[in-house]
Amino acid sequence: MTATESLEKQFDETIARNDRIEPRDWMPEKYRKTLIRQVAQHAHSEIIGMQPEGNWITRAPSLRRKAILLAKVQDEAGHGLYLYSACETLGVSRRELTELLIEGQQKYSSIFNYPTLSYADVGTIGWLVDGAAICNQVPLCRTSYGPYGRSMIRICKEESFHQRQGFELLATMMRGTDEQRAMVQESVDRFWWPALMMFGPPDADSPNTEQSMAWGIKRDTNDELRQKFVDMTVPQAEALGVTLPDPSLVWNEERGHHDFGQPDWDEFMRVVKGGGPCNAQRIAHRRHAHEDGAWVREAATAFAAKGASA
Amino acid sequence: MSEVPEMVQDDWPLYEIFVRGKRGLNHVHVGSLHAADDEMALRHARDVYTRRNEGVSIWAVRSDAIAASSPDEKDPLFAPANDKVYRHPTFYSIPDDVPHM
Repeated sequence: MTATESLEKQFDETIARNDRIEPRDWMPEKYRKTLIRQVAQHAHSEIIGMQPEGNWITRAPSLRRKAILLAKVQDEAGHGLYLYSACETLGVSRRELTELLIEGQQKYSSIFNYPTLSYADVGTIGWLVDGAAICNQVPLCRTSYGPYGRSMIRICKEESFHQRQGFELLATMMRGTDEQRAMVQESVDRFWWPALMMFGPPDADSPNTEQSMAWGIKRDTNDELRQKFVDMTVPQAEALGVTLPDPSLVWNEERGHHDFGQPDWDEFMRVVKGGGPCNAQRIAHRRHAHEDGAWVREAATAFAAKGASA
Repeated sequence: MSEVPEMVQDDWPLYEIFVRGKRGLNHVHVGSLHAADDEMALRHARDVYTRRNEGVSIWAVRSDAIAASSPDEKDPLFAPANDKVYRHPTFYSIPDDVPHM
């Protein structure tokens, strides 16, 4: 057995034992690359995800809502940082990842390329978008790469507040005027299908899933998670009193699950490839923030150098 | 750690962050972050890792100051403990009716 074969055997045995891979362990190059792609995309999503909601901070309807929204957007920044630091253990740098994002060479979740048109969207994002994210993320707490799993545990603990504040916001609006109820329904109509797209393409069109599951990076397929999300969300929608915009959504007694329609996958591909309503705006904003912050980074470096030489 | 590209040579150093959850507990590693100096590392650590009263004390340690055992040495380094089962209480059989053992 060559040295590489022996290392590969140890790696496979660790995965088979359901043990975690840690940063200094040998790992196949494809495992490392797959993880960098997935963790970076996840980190970028948290950071870009600050924008649609950050849009409403200055126009929150009350001090209570403003404080909640600020805390939530700050959490998203924190989640991005947990994930960037997990990603860095794979041998890429934070700076490199930021540059890949603003050069458009790495992706983020396509959901954030949709605009937030009313304050109800803050509630819908918390309820549906963060709800879908939780569905995705809970199994990732058991992912095979240690630092990624540990980041996910921290994130999941905090994400629950995000979903509950969203649901509560919508529930408050649903107890309000007809106009407010209409705002909620209109918002849910816009976000339902993009939320279903968050789980990625159907299993048949998801070429990476099989290998990612064999390596324990992913624990469930896209379609399994989407089904779970729909089953969880239907009773919540009933409690809210909103209608989910899918005429084929119906309980299937035999399967013990809901049947539901497929999102427009052509739209999904279009948005992933940059053709969504806000793709250009999101990246331009991120680039500006990065460039506008350059003098702060330089000043802090200069200050630290001065402190070190004093 | 692994190879760092040339372009990031001037990045802020990496710090490992340890948080004491409450009095009576050890500081535990919670993650890492970049900072220009120690003071900024502590400030950032507070914002990133203790937004919900997760800690009463923070240590920030430059990652390059940590000495770590390498996984390649795993077997020889930890092997001496493997064959010393007599270090564990379960190695000794004591009659069931002997109390408080």
